[in-house]
Amino acid sequence: MLEVSQLCYNSNGQAIVDDLTLSIGKQEIHAIIGANGTGKTTLAYLVMGIYSPFTGSVFFEGEDITACSVSERAQKGITLAWQDPARFEGLKVGEYLKLSNKNGSRAIEDCLSMVGLLPSQFLNRSVDENLSGGERRRVELAAVLAMQPKLAILDEVDSGIDMASLPYIMQGVSAMKSQGSSVLLITHTKDALDIADRASLLCGGKVLQTGSPEEMSQWFGDHCVICNHINVPEEGSA
Amino acid sequence: MILTREEEYQKIVEAYGNAGGNTDLLGNRQVANMVVHENRVLSANEVEGISLKSESTERGVALVLTVEEGRKIEHPVDLCFGMLPQEGLQEIDLKMNVQDRSEVNIIAHCVFPNATNITHKMDADIRIGNNAVFSYSETHYHGDHGGINVIPKARVEVGENSVYRNTFALVKGQVGRLDFDYETICGRKSNTELVAKIYGKAQDDIRIAEKVHLNGEGAKSLIKSRLVLKDKARAEVVGETYGNAPLARGHVDCNEIVDGDEAIAKAVPIVSVSNRQAKVTHEAAIGSIDKKQMQTLMARGLNEEEAINVIVRGILA
Ligand SMILES: Nc1ncnc2c1ncn2[C@@H]1O[C@H](COP(=O)(O)OP(=O)(O)OP(=O)(O)O)[C@@H](O)[C@H]1O
Ligand SMILES: [Mg+2]
Repeated sequence: MLEVSQLCYNSNGQAIVDDLTLSIGKQEIHAIIGANGTGKTTLAYLVMGIYSPFTGSVFFEGEDITACSVSERAQKGITLAWQDPARFEGLKVGEYLKLSNKNGSRAIEDCLSMVGLLPSQFLNRSVDENLSGGERRRVELAAVLAMQPKLAILDEVDSGIDMASLPYIMQGVSAMKSQGSSVLLITHTKDALDIADRASLLCGGKVLQTGSPEEMSQWFGDHCVICNHINVPEEGSA
Repeated sequence: MILTREEEYQKIVEAYGNAGGNTDLLGNRQVANMVVHENRVLSANEVEGISLKSESTERGVALVLTVEEGRKIEHPVDLCFGMLPQEGLQEIDLKMNVQDRSEVNIIAHCVFPNATNITHKMDADIRIGNNAVFSYSETHYHGDHGGINVIPKARVEVGENSVYRNTFALVKGQVGRLDFDYETICGRKSNTELVAKIYGKAQDDIRIAEKVHLNGEGAKSLIKSRLVLKDKARAEVVGETYGNAPLARGHVDCNEIVDGDEAIAKAVPIVSVSNRQAKVTHEAAIGSIDKKQMQTLMARGLNEEEAINVIVRGILA
């Protein structure tokens, strides 16, 4: 379904994504874990087309989409829930969800309910600064549900979500899978890892290891120093 | 073509409807309303608690609207000012007296659907008493030629504990030339909110000056402007707030989006404080459409033009 090969992306001369290769199958939930700053969001942007790689390629359903724009990729069935979603003045939650749901195949009320938000309370709220951080992320996930994409890239949709609502988020992600979507699930939590089929550990912009959730859960233990590339000052720096 | 009064009325009401007005209300006896064409009042209706006195002048109409003390007017008052011809001058002299403890919501539409060379001036003098609530929203429609010069000026006094909300919207058709100048004096513990939403296109030339004097202790104000400029439109927004009393709080919030290579936007926030317990803040964002907003909508399958439309519609909503 998604084949990312030897992707490289630099910023200010520094490699942020470095020779990264990854594949995701149909209806697979593939978790991406790794410390802050290891390139998870950058990978999400490269798959969505927000960033263009310096080298490497992205294939989707057997087609080379490396040169496709964000809109083109979305029209092919890829979408992204942002780690820190944009705010929109004057745009109602209901309208926002409808934009994602062009063919109207799923009721937007259901999408809100699936993320644990009451439609009666949220359909007429604006997607602006007045939504709390957790509410905004849940609306973002609802929008992805409304789109029914072939591939959903979810960038930390479970962070900052209260304990009572977390199960809704996890159920929402699992529902995507059962409805035929593949999910690239970027996360820092074990809960999310547990609903994945496979997981990859990112470090310094590279995939260090890919395995089952059980195998990968070791990185959530007491010894969560992932690898020595992280947080080690460069030689010569103060 | 010479129209009968009845035809004039029908045509101006039609323009009022196209500009977003609710045409059912104009003939409704339960609702205070008035329709003014050129210098003639074509229809008027008063309801209990409100008086609407009008007089034709050479170039327009002088109107005195009074909301009686302690009256809470149930339905919004609908006012329609306009001109059907392509050319001409209309001068509206508006005095509004919102007495103590009264509440009213006024919805005004100013329509010039065929303008190619029109000047519309409005001079308003608005007195809001104490403990009153006054909302005034004015929506303009100037047609598609941009052949109009609109000069609204208002001086407003807001009494103690009163609430004053003013909304000015011009988002359909062209603006032409707009020179908007409002000055508001705010009394003790009053609350003032001025909102302007304007969509400039073609050669539109927009100037907005809003000045707020927070003279009463604990007075609050917000000046909020939202402009989108396309083509060769240009705009200058001057939002001025003076914190002159203890615990006065003012904020100026200006967002101008430039969607075109030749449009020019300028914002001049002036904030000044003459009392050490007063505080006035401002924020201004001038520039192109937010990239992340665009990418978010495009990641849902919208193309660039569709995404711009959604963002612009929201800002001007
Ligand atoms: N535009 C940029 N310019 C310079 N550095 C950047 C830029 N964007 C990202 N980076 C850096 O690239 C690295 C990877 O960033 P990225 O956002 O992909 O991390 P992440 O793995 O998603 O982290 P987190 O867990 O905190 O979300 C970080 O060190 C970040 O500071
Ligand atoms: Mg990130």
